[in-house]
Amino acid sequence: MAMEAAEIDRLIREGLPGAEVTITDLAGDGDHYAAEVVWEGFTGKTRVAQHQLVYAALEGRMGGALHALQLTTKTPPA
Amino acid sequence: MSDIADWIKSEVDAHDVVLFMKGSPQFPQCGFSSVVVQILDYLQVPFASHNVLENDELREGIKHHANWPTIPQLYVKGEFVGGCDILREMFEAGELRQLFEEKGVPVAAT
Repeated sequence: MAMEAAEIDRLIREGLPGAEVTITDLAGDGDHYAAEVVWEGFTGKTRVAQHQLVYAALEGRMGGALHALQLTTKTPPA
Repeated sequence: MSDIADWIKSEVDAHDVVLFMKGSPQFPQCGFSSVVVQILDYLQVPFASHNVLENDELREGIKHHANWPTIPQLYVKGEFVGGCDILREMFEAGELRQLFEEKGVPVAAT
């Protein structure tokens, strides 16, 4: 099972409207990606809550179809 | 609540610091779990650990405890702190040491 970078990108953007998403393929095997997500909606939220929002956008694929996603979440620069 | 959920809750409450991981601290079987063990060892924080690979029910059940889909998972004083990404980010920012100090968990001097 694996996922395409474009699909991860699409799901996150649909789930977090207006987010800036940068996906990096770490291993070329469709299973190990890094993602940086910058989104206004993260403001005031803990890192755990921010990551949970991204996982929700991925509609349950995290830990399943998507084995490893190195995730960094940020709020837009003020 | 199911048996496994009860057991997880009792374990999370029973230990100041408990890590649910793949493998054991001596033999981590996943890069992410290994990173977290190294961070805790560097900070010299005593911690209990559970190998989710030994129990499929635990491996699935732990994902529901704090609504977190991946392993490893670290709990401090009953609270979910994070998985590998968050713990590494907190460690690099000095926030993890601060958290342990605030929670009264023994941690290596700087």
